[in-house]
Order: sequence, then C-alpha cells, then structure tokens
Amino acid sequence: MATVELSFSALPVHVRTARLIVTAVARRSGVDEAIMDEVRLAVGEACSRAVEAHRSHCPDEPVRLELSDGDHRFQVIVSDSVPADEAEGGPPPTPRPDDSLELALAGDADLGLAVIAGLADDVEISTTPKGVQIRMSWPTDRPAVPSA
Amino acid sequence: MDLKVNDYTTDDGLTVITVEGEIDVYTAPKLREKLIDLVNKGKFHLLVDMEKVEFLDSTGLGVLVGGLKRVRAHDGSLELVCTQERILKIFRITGLTKVFGIHKTIAEAEEKRKGAK
Repeated sequence: MATVELSFSALPVHVRTARLIVTAVARRSGVDEAIMDEVRLAVGEACSRAVEAHRSHCPDEPVRLELSDGDHRFQVIVSDSVPADEAEGGPPPTPRPDDSLELALAGDADLGLAVIAGLADDVEISTTPKGVQIRMSWPTDRPAVPSA
Repeated sequence: MDLKVNDYTTDDGLTVITVEGEIDVYTAPKLREKLIDLVNKGKFHLLVDMEKVEFLDSTGLGVLVGGLKRVRAHDGSLELVCTQERILKIFRITGLTKVFGIHKTIAEAEEKRKGAK
C-alpha cells in the first residue's frame, strides 16, 4: 500500500498542489535535498501530462498519484484514466533526452516525457486497462520500514 | 505564486520580458499571451529575463519554443537571460541550449546584439 495516495480533479491549477505534496512526502522519506528539484519537476511533468489527457478524454475523472517509500527508494506512480484505445496510438514511447530538440522544432514535442526521462532515476511507462501509468523512483537514505 | 510578466523596449529595439514566479501548465498561458501580443505589435527581437523564475516545466519550454518560431517567421530573435542552474538544467536535458541564445545578464545580451549588427 502506498504511503500517501492522492487524487485530484484534472485541472492545471492542482498540478502545483500535487508538486507541493510530493515534495513534502519525498523530504519525509529521506530523499536528498540535492535532487528534490528533480523529483518535483518530474512528478509535475507526469501530472501535467495526465491532466492534459483527462481534459481531452475524461475531464470529470480525477488523476491519481501514489507515493511510497521503502528499500532505499521513494516511488511515485501517476495514473491517468484514458484507456489506450482512446489515447491515439497508445502510451507514448519514452523519448531519449536527445530526441526532444528535433521534436520541439517540429512542433510535435512531448518535452514532458523527455524531461521525465532526463530527471528520474528510474522510469517506467506502462498501459493498464484503465489508462497510462508513469512510475518513477529515486534513492533515499533510509531502508525499508519493517512491518509490525 | 502567480506569474508576473512585464516588458520594456530598449532604444536599440530589443524588447526585454521579465518573468517572475513559476511557469507551469497553469501559468504558461500568460507568458504565451504576452509573447503573441508582442509579436502582433511588431516586436520581433525578444529577450526573456528568467532570473526570477522559480520553476519551469515543459509547458513553459513549449511556450518559449513557440515564441521563437513566431519571431523567426519575421526574421526576429528570442534569447534568454538565465544563470540559475536548476533552470539551465532543463534546457540542457531537452537539448534546447542549442536552440536559444542564453546570456548571463541583460547587458551581455545587449552587447552581443550590438556586436552582431
């Protein structure tokens, strides 16, 4: 079970709130302050992408965020509710950071995914029956909390 | 924090846009509108001062790329002033340091502009 679960309406204004909560939980989980900006930015990008997808396909559905820690990792999962058959072409491939320049100038940029790929220590983008899920994680200075 | 966007034009015809706050999916439309408004007013040489930007995401990058395309259509330019490492890192990750001229100060940008004339 995630340490913190959050769902928010698919509105751009709430992405900032999500960033603030992620930063607070990451700090509490022992993420190094030196990489806190990277965590904040990568999660903000994933939330922005999900909000945009929801606004196009299912504006009334909330965006889901799961934050958990353990085994020296802080993990964030951002899930949207846009099934692959609705999102054209399914989940986007994770671009290499070097690809983004060409994409940006071609006017078809998914700069957000390029930023996530460049910032997160570990990234996995997958499709579930309910939508696209972006899982990211970063190291912490704490081991797993033993179960009681 | 709300995004503050102001601008002024130098005697040399360079329009400096100072941006303060967080540029994200919520606030980026304000910067986009400013850039479009300036281009519509015939201001094709733009310098965006990012020294007071506290956060920048890909939506903000997209707005800057969009602005660059608009001014280039008029043989103009869009360059940046930025020394903040956390902001510069985003430009480096996305390869956009190759696209934008990035200066340390407004004065430096003005000097290079005069030198290029």
